[in-house]
Amino acid sequence: MKQPSPPERNARDMIERPSGGPDVGTAAMDEARLLQQAIGVRLRQMFDEVVNEPVPTAFLDILRRADESAEQG
Amino acid sequence: MVDRSPRDPALDADFKAEIVTLIPHLRAFARSLCGDATSADDLAQEAMMKAWDARASFQMGTNMKAWTFMILRNQFYSEKRRSWRQTQLDQEAAERTLVAVDDPEAPLALDELRLSLGMLPPEQREALILVGAGGFAYEEAAEICGVAVGTVKSRVSRARRALQAVLEAGAYDRDGAAAGDAMGSILAEAERLSTVS
Repeated sequence: MKQPSPPERNARDMIERPSGGPDVGTAAMDEARLLQQAIGVRLRQMFDEVVNEPVPTAFLDILRRADESAEQG
Repeated sequence: MVDRSPRDPALDADFKAEIVTLIPHLRAFARSLCGDATSADDLAQEAMMKAWDARASFQMGTNMKAWTFMILRNQFYSEKRRSWRQTQLDQEAAERTLVAVDDPEAPLALDELRLSLGMLPPEQREALILVGAGGFAYEEAAEICGVAVGTVKSRVSRARRALQAVLEAGAYDRDGAAAGDAMGSILAEAERLSTVS
């Protein structure tokens, strides 16, 4: 089965489940660390999604009007 | 901070050009604080205008991104003080999160993390966003939030552990606990983790 590309994978998919070895504590720590990595990836993705959106024209209109007002004042 | 003419056209043009590049980042930070896009854009626009009005006090060449984020953050908490509804909205978001993860086949989707963030105390959420997503150093985040660097580090650490508790409790919820019970468990665990430094 083809693996999805990293940006489209969900965080839980990024966690490799332990195979049931004897060191349960280490496996749990590894899983927690991987979960934290997945959280980090998702956080940046969440933020970047908005950063990469087109800027609504209202922002530039407001700034343009303020600039014109400053020039006239 | 320097004294200069607030209407120096060349400096105003430089200021305007730089703040335009920051609009996407202001929108993203506002979205992370507000949760919904409409309120976030209102907040980002207000912050942008406050920054413009205060441009005479900004020294070009210093960190405008941190400066504008600080303005946006202050604006957010100023508005939040006037309204307690945000707390209710956060609670509703948390409830929806539990519904979303109740499906045993549901992945840990981006929306799940987004909604889980709503369960965190605001000061933890903003610290995690600034450092974990916004690309700020701990020192910069501390300046934006007006707290010590160690406080930011502590908040980020607590936020991460609390998020982990929320996500792991999602798995617990799939084992059959009612959403309301799971909610109580999640918040209790998150609170327990947040008090462990």
